[in-house]
Amino acid sequence: MAEDGLNSFMSGPDEQGRFGLFGGRFVSETLMPLILELEERYEHAKTDPSFWAEMDDLWKHYVGRPSPLYFAPRLTEHLGGAKVYMKRDELNHTGAHKINNVLGQIILARRMGKTRIIAETGAGQHGVATATVCAKFGLKCVVYMGAHDVERQAPNVFRMKLLGAEVIPVTSGRGTLKDAMNDALRDWVTNVRDTFYCIGTVAGPHPYPAMVRDFQSIIGKEVRWQLAEQEGEGRLPDVVVAAIGGGSNAMGLFYPFLDDPSVRIVGVEAGGKGVDDRMEHCASLTGGRPGVLHGNRTYLLQDADGQILEGFSISAGLDYPGIGPEHAWLHDVGRAEYVSITDAEALEAFQLCCRLEGIIPALEPSHALAQVMKLAPTLPKDRIIVMNMCGRGDKDIFTVARHLGVQMKV
Amino acid sequence: MTRIDDTFARLRAQGKKAFVSYIMGGDPDEATSLAIMQGLPAAGVDVIELGMPFTDPMADGPTIQAAGQRALEGGMTMDKVLAMVRAFRKGDQTTPIVLMGYYNPIYSRGVDRFLKDAAEAGIDGLIVVDLPPEEDDELCIPAQKAGLNFIRLATPTTDDKRLPKVLQNTSGFVYYVSITGITGAAAAQASDVGPEVARIKRSTDLPVIVGFGISTPEQAKAIASVADGCVVGSAIVKDIGAGVPVAEVLARVKALSDGAHSA
Repeated sequence: MAEDGLNSFMSGPDEQGRFGLFGGRFVSETLMPLILELEERYEHAKTDPSFWAEMDDLWKHYVGRPSPLYFAPRLTEHLGGAKVYMKRDELNHTGAHKINNVLGQIILARRMGKTRIIAETGAGQHGVATATVCAKFGLKCVVYMGAHDVERQAPNVFRMKLLGAEVIPVTSGRGTLKDAMNDALRDWVTNVRDTFYCIGTVAGPHPYPAMVRDFQSIIGKEVRWQLAEQEGEGRLPDVVVAAIGGGSNAMGLFYPFLDDPSVRIVGVEAGGKGVDDRMEHCASLTGGRPGVLHGNRTYLLQDADGQILEGFSISAGLDYPGIGPEHAWLHDVGRAEYVSITDAEALEAFQLCCRLEGIIPALEPSHALAQVMKLAPTLPKDRIIVMNMCGRGDKDIFTVARHLGVQMKV
Repeated sequence: MTRIDDTFARLRAQGKKAFVSYIMGGDPDEATSLAIMQGLPAAGVDVIELGMPFTDPMADGPTIQAAGQRALEGGMTMDKVLAMVRAFRKGDQTTPIVLMGYYNPIYSRGVDRFLKDAAEAGIDGLIVVDLPPEEDDELCIPAQKAGLNFIRLATPTTDDKRLPKVLQNTSGFVYYVSITGITGAAAAQASDVGPEVARIKRSTDLPVIVGFGISTPEQAKAIASVADGCVVGSAIVKDIGAGVPVAEVLARVKALSDGAHSA
């Protein structure tokens, strides 16, 4: 229960699209009418059984949900403390949690009569998921990707092209996720009448943060019944842990547990080379302060003059100077705790998971895993940690090889 | 009454259209930017839009993005933009200055502190692209209280149902964005713009100024003839970015303003 004992932590956002101070609709006038229409259509779809019937059918037969909740015995034994469970969202079609949300938005776009879909992508997972669903429904798909990310995520770029999407490398700024989002917004302003912007994380103007959270909440909802099935009726996790760039896989895992006070909630930001004055990290909550970017108010990495700083992370999917507004609020009200993990720690967790569990994790959930490695040994053996294995690591093997000093021929 | 209101009242009495021009503060450097700004009134500019550079200008095309990057790389800050305005005001007490940009640098400084500093420096109005009417409490209302005009953008997607909300807290003038798109994009057609301006004018007595996609004296004339004036930005900023000497930049501005004033 929330601080006054009456309100729920799950009731946000308010009618202004705010989670406390955070969120809102900070967009240009050209986009405002569409944002309002989207909100109206989403509010309607939310309570429309036919919408959810379509989602459930595709989740089951196209994505492969429910994803398993896997008890990791060797990792648990190695860490010597709490039992570690992994929510295996890397087993979804396209290899990450991103498709949970993409399906919802594309079904909505189709209902709104939009024929052209645009998306931004960092690691390429959201781009691949969007290209996939667009191919399935025969929709035109354009993906904006920072030029730097195009280079470090080449396999995903090729996947998107195979799926029929146009991938536009973005060279403005430093060519990462933030810059890709700027160019996607510019495209949207230009093509607002026929185009739907499929945002990949719990950020952007209202209603995106709430809508993406709702679609991703399938993760936490499944964890609830799956854990009860394996550990006994009513058994909740003691800790839930997830990595955060924008924060969509984390919101999806956390949201269904917000009103269970016994569940400790831990978000893991990308600490890059370390959260200090050099600002070579992406830890918006630990190293940033509130500001307005990409349609919402949230914690941002910025200089004293309000100019946005480029983040830094080994993981392209976490390389974003902001964080979803609901996380900013959960941080400020103290319902969730947020920590950071460095590149080096994530790389170590990546390798440990490969060897102990036979699972090659993406670099993004490797950050969550690194936090589990710190946390599990400090907890008694009857405690349960659930971490979100939100993506598989095939896309990252070249990056990891380079960091480990291994030469690979493609 | 701000300098903006005075200027439009004078132009109206003279039966003249307004010519508004945009430059990015600190582009390509502080001294050159100030020299261009100081030359704008003599080149026929009725209202100066001064850009505040921002790292993530989501409504701007490549030309103005690059201008902002040049300014930031040259060390431009909010303090220096305000200093530029103060320096300009030493020699010009009448030409209105509208600060144009994005909300975060203002929010970062603190709205109250920003408004105090802006008013003291001699700024008359604000255009903040990412603050729609839904967020009026953030800056629009406080700005009006501080005596600054808050100039709103109306766009081709602003339908009749929404227009009253857009006009409600707007003052100074209404900036009609002639296209759905970013700055520096394709040219607007006067035949499309005219009916839209007429539609807005049925709901407000404020002047309606049209911007986005205007780059030649002929277009300036055509667009100004169906509105109360026009804005040129990217075409001027492109010259500045190409290193065109100040006198030649101002000669282009003069040709554009002559176009608008002949409407």
